[in-house]
Amino acid sequence: MAEPKKNPRQRKSRYTADRGLAGAFEDETVTRRRLFEGGAQVVGGVAVAAFALPALGFALGPMFEDQLPEIFQDVGPERDFNPETYVPRVISIVPEAGEAGKATIYVRRTDPERDQANQDQPYVAISTRCAHLGCPVRYVSASRRFICPCHGGVYGFQGEVTGGPPVRPLDRFYTKVENGRVMVGARFSLNSKLERFPHPRDPSNHLDGLWQYLYPSRPST
Amino acid sequence: MTPPKPPLPRSLQRKPAKPGANGAGANGSARADQKGQAPTLKDQAIEVPVSAIGWLDERTGASPFLRGFLYRKVPKGTNWFYTLGSASMFAFLSQAVTGVFLAMYYEPDPARAYESAARITNELFLGELVRGMHRWGSTVMLLLVFLHLGRTFFFGAYKYPRELNWIIGVILLVLTLLMGFTGYLLPFDQRSFWATVVGVNLNSSGPIVGPYLADFLRGGPEFGAYTLSRFYAMHMLLIPGLIAALIGAHLYLVAKLGTTAPPWLKAEKSKALSKEDI
Repeated sequence: MAEPKKNPRQRKSRYTADRGLAGAFEDETVTRRRLFEGGAQVVGGVAVAAFALPALGFALGPMFEDQLPEIFQDVGPERDFNPETYVPRVISIVPEAGEAGKATIYVRRTDPERDQANQDQPYVAISTRCAHLGCPVRYVSASRRFICPCHGGVYGFQGEVTGGPPVRPLDRFYTKVENGRVMVGARFSLNSKLERFPHPRDPSNHLDGLWQYLYPSRPST
Repeated sequence: MTPPKPPLPRSLQRKPAKPGANGAGANGSARADQKGQAPTLKDQAIEVPVSAIGWLDERTGASPFLRGFLYRKVPKGTNWFYTLGSASMFAFLSQAVTGVFLAMYYEPDPARAYESAARITNELFLGELVRGMHRWGSTVMLLLVFLHLGRTFFFGAYKYPRELNWIIGVILLVLTLLMGFTGYLLPFDQRSFWATVVGVNLNSSGPIVGPYLADFLRGGPEFGAYTLSRFYAMHMLLIPGLIAALIGAHLYLVAKLGTTAPPWLKAEKSKALSKEDI
């Protein structure tokens, strides 16, 4: 009586002992060759991960640590500033970067009638970093506007957008008065209602309405 | 079928002795040294490079590989447009060589970068030439890469089975653009500084991931002390390494799959295949 033909794939048992391999153990399913192949792959993977992961973390680390310490810088005595016009001052944004880390800011005294928002700040210290793509804006006192040379962004006296591509008002810095000296601290960003966002955002990041959730605050700021 | 032999220059090829010369046999195969006479100085001099190449060849097996790689068949109609890929690669090699030597004199420090770049141009011997080659070569490389892309597209050379090579080529194009972006900062003058500020903030304008990308490029939330050295490391180590590796893969696939005939050439129909049997 002819036996029915078996499927050749099913003929091999999963137990090495059944397959007649030399030195097979009872209930052993993984051959030593396969074990060593897999072991070599795992060892290689561990060795690569041991140098690649720390190196990757080293490269990505600056994205996840707060690098901007809250330091206040002296920009002059109170009598230098008035509520009517802006006075330029140079502060260090990144002190370790030398000249490249310095930036101009524009400072005036807070006017309780004009400045409805951010009245807790004794002074208005406006950043010259354009909210479009970060070029340096300058204050034109004749038109009482900030104008960006790169792509034509125009801001009003409060730093609010009055023309061009910028997506939000100019950033500001925290201010305080100490022994009659005006001190300028960390940067903060504003939406178009001049509401304060303590974690500063990059230029080009919208902050109005639902947009603010597409540009959340980052660990680095 | 025997592949063609590598063309040794005629002056290096061994000449058979003339019949009857040095008492050789009628077929002229016997050499002078086989007859006990000292080989001439010229014969010895020829022997040195030949045996050195033979030594290498015997141990690497390079010559069958090189013969297959360099003397592979190309389709009818192959023309000057097919040299744009090699031209792009030579532009990359020129950038690599000049870049390595520029790195010997350039200092990626915010306080020193501009002065060191100016010193290369104004004071160092041939500095202006080498920096100029690197600066203009970058534009030439981009032009060649785009022409190569256009050639591949308009000749339909991206189609099966060469899709993967097209994808690798597109990644190489992006890496070439990144080389331009990271290299633009290095002179560290006003133009390169503000162009990089704008470029990084363009990255930041992407929702959710954009600001993180900008943080990665700057190494922090502001253009800081390490931004320049980050760009320098990306420009001279990270991206060129990736480009070199991908050029290797690109070339391997070109050699493996062969090139395409230009589209204006119609396929020759085999008579045997076109005959109808009824």
